[in-house]
Amino acid sequence: MSAAQRLRTMGQLRLWEVAVWILLLALPLLLPTHALLISEITIIALFAMSLDLILGYAGIVSLGHAAFFGMGAYNAALFAKHLNPDPLTGLVVAMAFSGVLGAVCSLGVLRGSDLTRIMVTLGVALLLQELANKLDGLTGGADGLQGVVMGPVFGHFEFDLFGQTAAWYALGITLLVFVMLRRLVHSPLGYSLQAIRDNRLRALAIGIPVHARLVVIYTLSAALAGLAGGLQAQTTGFASLDVFGFDRSADVLLMLVIGGTGWLWGGLIGAVVFKTLHSVISAWTPQYWTFWLGLFLVLLMMVGRERLLRPWGWGRKS
Amino acid sequence: MLTLLFDGVAYGMLLFILAIGLAVTLGLMNFINLAHGAFAMAGGYTTVLLMQHAGLPFLVCVPLAFVVTALLGGVMEFTLYRRMYDKPHLDQVLFSIGLTFMAVALVDFFVGSTQQLIQLPEFLKGRTELWDGALGMGHYRLAIILVCLVLALVLQRLLVRTRFGAQLRASVDNQRVASGMGIHVHKIFLSTFAVGSGLAGLGGALGAEVLGLDPTFPLKYMIYFLIVVAVGGTSTLSGPLLAALLLGIADVAGKYYVPKLGAFIVYSLMILILMWRPQGLFSRDGQ
Repeated sequence: MSAAQRLRTMGQLRLWEVAVWILLLALPLLLPTHALLISEITIIALFAMSLDLILGYAGIVSLGHAAFFGMGAYNAALFAKHLNPDPLTGLVVAMAFSGVLGAVCSLGVLRGSDLTRIMVTLGVALLLQELANKLDGLTGGADGLQGVVMGPVFGHFEFDLFGQTAAWYALGITLLVFVMLRRLVHSPLGYSLQAIRDNRLRALAIGIPVHARLVVIYTLSAALAGLAGGLQAQTTGFASLDVFGFDRSADVLLMLVIGGTGWLWGGLIGAVVFKTLHSVISAWTPQYWTFWLGLFLVLLMMVGRERLLRPWGWGRKS
Repeated sequence: MLTLLFDGVAYGMLLFILAIGLAVTLGLMNFINLAHGAFAMAGGYTTVLLMQHAGLPFLVCVPLAFVVTALLGGVMEFTLYRRMYDKPHLDQVLFSIGLTFMAVALVDFFVGSTQQLIQLPEFLKGRTELWDGALGMGHYRLAIILVCLVLALVLQRLLVRTRFGAQLRASVDNQRVASGMGIHVHKIFLSTFAVGSGLAGLGGALGAEVLGLDPTFPLKYMIYFLIVVAVGGTSTLSGPLLAALLLGIADVAGKYYVPKLGAFIVYSLMILILMWRPQGLFSRDGQ
């Protein structure tokens, strides 16, 4: 098989992936009582997927990805409340705002060391949280933005109390994004990003426009995080300050690490595992579950996160 | 006006002592330690618990806080941190976030989530006014400034004049060459980490009254420590000091003059500075 052919087939969906997606899309029917949980997990999975784009493919460590998630959430909620309750238009608006914010912030992550990037991303998230807190006339401040009523999806499907519509809606959007990203990461753009991640200097030397590529991917990643935030605000009809929280950025990073970075499924798997862990542990000890989360993180990092996905290598020394 | 400046300087000095250990860890081992605030919290709680349960006076507890945290830091370095030095930054970040989460939950579990108060000795409680109240100095803050100033001078002497300081600087500049010259880089790491943690503990003990002390302390002030290090750079002692003073004054003044904006000023200032000079304001590497 020639290289061109191989590259083309790598970008296609595998049979098992199609099967898994069909199963996922059928989930709201199979587990109708858990529809709310399904949409919640799907939304975080989408959020984790957006982080995977910059972390797994471009190698940018971000501790403030919640900035874009929150930006999307507040914009979608405000747009629905004051201008137009149509959900899909709202999502486009949320994506646009987060994308613009991402494009501006990308200037900060182009230069400097990992520490500088961590600081800039973290700082932006905190800045927005502070802003949302202080602009209480617009955002409701610490009480959160309430009273968001969404219109029906496609003018036809009303959001119901049991979350059926919300689950389908979130799953549908996520599937769309997944297929699109699958194409993207196996396109020349995607490969050039991986080259930048692996060795920035060499990538620059063979003529890849490093800065332009990073701006593009960061903007896209921010827009998708905004999309996830918008979905969250629309399906819950609520936006509060915790969408910007440090916990959220850290959690999503953890999910991605659990599921594995750089293969798009990581976000989905990580979100499911994380949420399951969360509900099991917090059912057992609701107040102190962060201790076990912390312990898990420390142990995971001590043994090495690559090995979590390859249990057959546990006995061997790295 | 002068009072504000005074409070800002006190606050900045405190931040310097809290963050200097982080700067050294980062400069020396290139390790992003987000759990640094947890050591500061450990110092604060050591003081509080010793005062409440053992009935020791404040002035005894503060040095003890240094010793306890330094020991804790040394043990942690030997058992945990040492394995993480050559891992990628993402792993280090997640590892230290995990430690922070554990510390927060542990303190919450054993001590409780309420804010802890420290009984200051009588002679530190007063307040001196100069020039018809133009400059009001709380005695405790004055003491903080003095202690931190002395500490900064001692650290400077240690770093510049002693054999240990020379070895430390050599290790920061180039680890491989330093160990090739027969310097025990691992020992330097261990002792520096212990001292850095101890200083954080000392800062936590001194600052418990000013900054407040509850289990979320490491998360609340993590960003401040990181700002000091990111803006000040890691190659000198004066960089973090100036950055800490700048941060302290900006924060106090900002909160006083435009309380509506709160911490907004500090964050935007940091982002602008880092976009302008990504290596920090006072770094040797910056152009």
